[in-house]
Amino acid sequence: MIDTTKKLTPKERLAIPPQEMPAQDPIARRRNMEEVALGYSEEQARLEALRCLQCKNAPCIPSCPVRIDIPGFIAQIAEGNYKEALTILRESNLFPAICGRVCPQEVQCQSTCTVGRSLKDIDKAVSIGRLERFAADWERLHGELEVPPVKPSTGKRVAIIGSGPAGLAAAADLAKEGHQVTIFEAFHKPGGVMIYGIPEFRLPKAIVQREIEILERMGVKIITNFLVGRTRSLRDLLEKDGFDAIFIGSGAGLPKFMGIPGENLVGVFSANEYLTRANLMKAYEKGKADTPIYPAKRVAVLGGGNVAMDAARMAVRLGAEEVFVIYRRTEKEMPARVEEVAHAKEEGVIFRFLENAKRILGDEKSRVIGIECLSYQLGEPDASGRRRPVEIPGSEHVIEVDSVIVAIGNESHPLLLQTNPEIAVDKHGHIITDETGKTSMDRVYAGGDIVLGSATVILAMGQGRRAAASIHNFLMGNS
Amino acid sequence: MHRIVSKKQLSEEVFRITVEAPYIAEARKPGQFVIVQRNSDYAERIPLTIADADPIRGTITLIFQTVGKSTHKLAELEVGQYIQNILGPLGRPTHIERFGRVVCVGGGIGAAPMYPIAQAMKQAGNHLIVILGARTKELLIMEEEMRAIADELIVVTDDGSYGRKALVTEPLKELCQASPRPDCVVAIGPPIMMKFCAETTRPFGIKTIVSLNTIMIDGTGMCGGCRVTVGEETKFVCVDGPEFDGHLVDFNNMMLRLSAYKEIEQKAHEECHLEMKLKEMNSAKGKGNP
Ligand SMILES: Cc1cc2nc3c(=O)[nH]c(=O)nc-3n(C[C@H](O)[C@H](O)[C@H](O)COP(=O)(O)OP(=O)(O)OC[C@H]3O[C@@H](n4cnc5c(N)ncnc54)[C@H](O)[C@@H]3O)c2cc1C
Ligand SMILES: Cc1cc2nc3c(=O)[nH]c(=O)nc-3n(C[C@H](O)[C@H](O)[C@H](O)COP(=O)(O)OP(=O)(O)OC[C@H]3O[C@@H](n4cnc5c(N)ncnc54)[C@H](O)[C@@H]3O)c2cc1C
Ligand code: SF4
Ligand code: FES
Repeated sequence: MIDTTKKLTPKERLAIPPQEMPAQDPIARRRNMEEVALGYSEEQARLEALRCLQCKNAPCIPSCPVRIDIPGFIAQIAEGNYKEALTILRESNLFPAICGRVCPQEVQCQSTCTVGRSLKDIDKAVSIGRLERFAADWERLHGELEVPPVKPSTGKRVAIIGSGPAGLAAAADLAKEGHQVTIFEAFHKPGGVMIYGIPEFRLPKAIVQREIEILERMGVKIITNFLVGRTRSLRDLLEKDGFDAIFIGSGAGLPKFMGIPGENLVGVFSANEYLTRANLMKAYEKGKADTPIYPAKRVAVLGGGNVAMDAARMAVRLGAEEVFVIYRRTEKEMPARVEEVAHAKEEGVIFRFLENAKRILGDEKSRVIGIECLSYQLGEPDASGRRRPVEIPGSEHVIEVDSVIVAIGNESHPLLLQTNPEIAVDKHGHIITDETGKTSMDRVYAGGDIVLGSATVILAMGQGRRAAASIHNFLMGNS
Repeated sequence: MHRIVSKKQLSEEVFRITVEAPYIAEARKPGQFVIVQRNSDYAERIPLTIADADPIRGTITLIFQTVGKSTHKLAELEVGQYIQNILGPLGRPTHIERFGRVVCVGGGIGAAPMYPIAQAMKQAGNHLIVILGARTKELLIMEEEMRAIADELIVVTDDGSYGRKALVTEPLKELCQASPRPDCVVAIGPPIMMKFCAETTRPFGIKTIVSLNTIMIDGTGMCGGCRVTVGEETKFVCVDGPEFDGHLVDFNNMMLRLSAYKEIEQKAHEECHLEMKLKEMNSAKGKGNP
């Protein structure tokens, strides 16, 4: 055992083995919805924290989208001061229990970590995300629910549209400043993608609900079943309802389809539909939930991002015997988090790289019976620097499946913008903002996926906070 | 939470409820619908057309047929009880214009969503002809309401138990052949009825609007579960519709998609009937021995 009381040399630190994340057994978890990654034990967390070299230049910090003081919080964990660790985390990140679970750390903070570089293996970098999660969970399990202090009321009212990470973060910061905040959410439950999209086995809903409860205790009002643009317009909120400013965090909710023949057959779903049925509508609790899910034994998932991994792993849990992920590039180019890909493989998901769907085949009742694919090879790098997949002529082949889930990404939610043409958007339908998050409509700000396109939880959160700061300045008349 | 302020059974399978929903009552326009969910825990989200609204009292009226589990459960709610979630108004409103002669065809429960559209067409100055169809007399709804606003009302039943013994397409065809010809036809009812209405008017080149009742979840355009093929394009019924040019809709694909969950739904429906029966028996027993 390592003596944690004396100061370790860098060499000793580098010699500590990276701590494995305890996880549910792959066979068992194929049939349950419980969280897969179980979290570090206290001992593991302290050992992992000791691996951090406390670099003076801390190259991890600039790679973190919200610039958490990473060596700072890790040092506190090493000392056993978990509460202090969390305080440091919360200074930059409002929702560490969420980000510790869903951030793609391997392309952010951990990608530049000195430990990973010294050991010439990025997988051996300090597990910053797991430590973040540990500190947040420790407080959740041991501490009281702490409600941040709220300044005296300013009498100003802000409407937030959408309760995803962008909206929740903006709400938190504005409430702290003493503004009266109301969140309008179209769904019957708040949380955005974190509730309807990302499955329970990756992000337990209780964690998201806890963050929402804190917001409510800070005085934030949440109105669900309210579709801005239909139930009431943006103008109504400003002119009739007396809001002084609006933040739009309506996300990228429009599912993309491939545009291939057979996509409207029975048994073809967008990942959004599949995951919404399963998560939000709880279709996995068969017998209890009224919302049905299409019974399928062999499922093809098209795409290679987190959405595709979630859909594939959900299909496994809903009883599919074989699940194929069909991706037209190779594993290296897959945008999904490395951990999700590894978990999917352990759970028996079959990856078919360098293949792409050409059309979906149906029987006489229009039910899916297979998918015709083309094989690909990698050609020259494209604009994104990734090698472009090129189809191999004549390589058509059929994979027999009874359901197809299209998970090739989402575009910006068009409804709100259709009904508010004053807000300028780019050619992708993303809202155009200045560097403070302000849109072309007076008193209206925006952030998150509706501005960035499909991005990440942490970036959405960061944008929510940035806009909150400029809304605060605007409301207090010092901008 | 939305309190039910009144409830009436219109026929064996059809119920009318009025619920509190002030924002929706204020914003809604003919042709729009809501998503109703009894509770947030396990209930399904189902689309229902706003049959009427009272912006002053802040209420909306829904008329629905008990075809499966969710609609049965909804019918069990009594005045004073609450529906937890109602989202709306959703979809694009009907395009109302002074076309001239307008024929509104309402089949079965389709008569309910047709009512606000017929009303608006009349108000816009159209000559309004309404065709109401039902399988049998007991299932006919909205006759009084329609009679009050229509310039001409034609009632048909499949079995001839009331009105003329015909399918709605017969009088529709006659109207198309007569002069002056209708300038616009609106058809709402079972998909098969809408399909044949569109086929009836197609040779005459008369504009025909249909209101599609696909399976929906969110009703806001984020799942694509409601998609249909219109012309060569895929459209989302909840945001691009629910009304489309009937001559362009691929009804066959739509009907097949509607049957995606048939087996599961049937099972749930049967279980639901069993449960209702048990409840009835128990309450009968309860009354027997005080
Ligand atoms: C399946 C899936 C898995 C993902 N996995 C990861 C991951 O592992 N890590 C990661 O960092 N990111 C992941 N992402 C991406 C991440 O979830 C998003 O980038 C992030 O949620 C965007 O946040 P947001 O607040 O902009 O919008 P959203 O989370 O999309 O929330 C927008 C909310 O606004 C509501 N809304 C929309 N329009 C209106 C309106 N007009 N009126 C009222 N309400 C409205 C919507 O109902 C929704 O609740 C994943 C995404 C998906 C779909
Ligand atoms: C925009 C829109 C407006 C609607 N307005 C009304 C309305 O005003 N009144 C009304 O009674 N119904 C309306 N519907 C239909 C209503 O939503 C369905 O009847 C309801 O969802 C059935 O739920 P269930 O669980 O009771 O039945 P399920 O168990 O889901 O279905 C029972 C049977 O009905 C069929 N079915 C399922 N969904 C639909 C559907 N959407 N349309 C037709 N048949 C279906 C199934 O194939 C099955 O055979 C509307 C649908 C849409 C999309
Ligand atoms: S780069 Fe790695 S070792 Fe250096 S401070 Fe950051 S986490 Fe610690
Ligand atoms: S119901 Fe989900 S997109 Fe229309």
